[in-house]
Amino acid sequence: MARTVTNQRKFINTVAAWAVGLLIFFPILWTILTSFKTEATAIADPPVFLFFDWTLENYRVVQERSDYMRFLWNSVIIAGGSTFLGILIAVPAAWSMAFVPSARTKDILLWMLSTKMLPAVGVLYPIYLIFIKMGLLDSRVGLTVVLMLINLPIIIWMLYTYFREIPGEILEAARMDGATLREEIIYVLTPMAIPGIASTVLLNIILAWNEAFWTLNLTAAKAAPLTAFIASYSSPEGLFYAKLSAASTMAIAPILILGWFSQKQLVRGLTFGAVK
Amino acid sequence: MATKASRSAARLMMAPAVILLLGWMLVPLCMTLYFSFKKYLPLRGGDLGWVGFENYVRFFSSSAFWPSVQATLVIVGGVLVITIVFGILLAILLDQPMWGQGIVRILVIAPFFVMPTVSALVWKNMFMDPVNGLFAHLWKFFDATPIEWLSQASMTSLVIIVSWQWLPFATLILLTAIQSLDSEQLEAAEMDGAPPLSRFGYITLPHLSRAITVVVLIQTIFLLSIFAEIFVTTQGSFGTKTLTYLIYQRVLESQNVGLGSAGGIFAVILANIIAIFLMRIVGKNLDA
Repeated sequence: MARTVTNQRKFINTVAAWAVGLLIFFPILWTILTSFKTEATAIADPPVFLFFDWTLENYRVVQERSDYMRFLWNSVIIAGGSTFLGILIAVPAAWSMAFVPSARTKDILLWMLSTKMLPAVGVLYPIYLIFIKMGLLDSRVGLTVVLMLINLPIIIWMLYTYFREIPGEILEAARMDGATLREEIIYVLTPMAIPGIASTVLLNIILAWNEAFWTLNLTAAKAAPLTAFIASYSSPEGLFYAKLSAASTMAIAPILILGWFSQKQLVRGLTFGAVK
Repeated sequence: MATKASRSAARLMMAPAVILLLGWMLVPLCMTLYFSFKKYLPLRGGDLGWVGFENYVRFFSSSAFWPSVQATLVIVGGVLVITIVFGILLAILLDQPMWGQGIVRILVIAPFFVMPTVSALVWKNMFMDPVNGLFAHLWKFFDATPIEWLSQASMTSLVIIVSWQWLPFATLILLTAIQSLDSEQLEAAEMDGAPPLSRFGYITLPHLSRAITVVVLIQTIFLLSIFAEIFVTTQGSFGTKTLTYLIYQRVLESQNVGLGSAGGIFAVILANIIAIFLMRIVGKNLDA
């Protein structure tokens, strides 16, 4: 039985929730607004909220000055590449653990999770050394591999929880009806697995895109992605709020949009299914 | 039915992932352990031989160690308290019937998707800057002297920035848990005359206990290794040198690898203690 809610109560809820929501969102909103101001308007006292001369100048300057496209491209390659590699390795593993579980499956899963909890700083120097020895420092390949490895446990876990929800009876039924293994995989399993794989890809791209320990420590100029690009703004030079905002907006926009699509996967992926 | 053949096929399919993760974990960890017993200064003579536990003794007795533990605890503790208290309140609010619930949820979750370097720089410059920041304007509006956030109140500032980043995560998980609460229980309690506070204390809060534990454990693991936020704001000055940042400075800035590695091993042990508790909860869920 649903409780009846008076419109007045609903109105109060709405106002309160929107107020809190906008307050939390405000720093992002303010950054986006500032990116369209001139540097002078950006630091105007009192601050200008909406009524100013909107300009795209900052985006142009940022693009020209710091070769934004190269950083963006590095981010795309590193986030996309590490996700693709990760999926390639994780799908067979998660698949076999979900459909052919053995007595040790649970231990293996928990052990994989435990590698995710290794603090990065504890292995910083060895990785740094290995990278120098192998000529991987400041290379996209090296960073792609590292990000794939740190997110691999999450990918395997997410895929495992999705695959486990595919009922084994369906497979048996297909087999009874005379489907070969190949047909079984193409016509029965793949269509059921695709939504799970898609959500996993989405969450992993977000995590890789925003990773800011290895990307800052293992890159210099060539392979630096957007996280490092933004970090280069940490030493201010004259008036730079509007440009910082433009650069920030460009760095977060694609992920913000992807992120809004993947709220549910976020809970599932980052809690390893412990909260449903 | 799992046959013998399918079992060995399964093992084969698992092998790449297991081998990669095993290598990723063991090789660097053994190297760190090895370095931690050596005097190793890459820029000043390289490998200068075994020193036993000297690095550990020096790391723990250095004047920077206890302040870094304290800074770490303040950040982890502060952020946990803020995100959980406000997370619960927000989750309850978002669970109420309202107009535009989906949009509000999107607004609340957004900060989680902002990369750490962006959120730290935006807060540092556009909000906490003592001259041009929005907070400075706000303070001046009330005729108060603007605070130099990142130097005078450096820890508070960092806790604010990091809490803003993690509040969405806590809220989302707590909201997911609240939505699975049987509303009939609450209604029954309400009919029996239980006031809102006891309904919250006796029904909602116990229902959330598991979600809260998960939030605490997962956030602790991530918060212990906060790096970018400090890197682009204070660079570890003004008392914001956490354990992670201290180890980073020892290893990469002062190139004292032996000393840094001893600290690294300490950080690994610390994280493992928390991880064990998290594994228990997750492991229980695997059987269910």
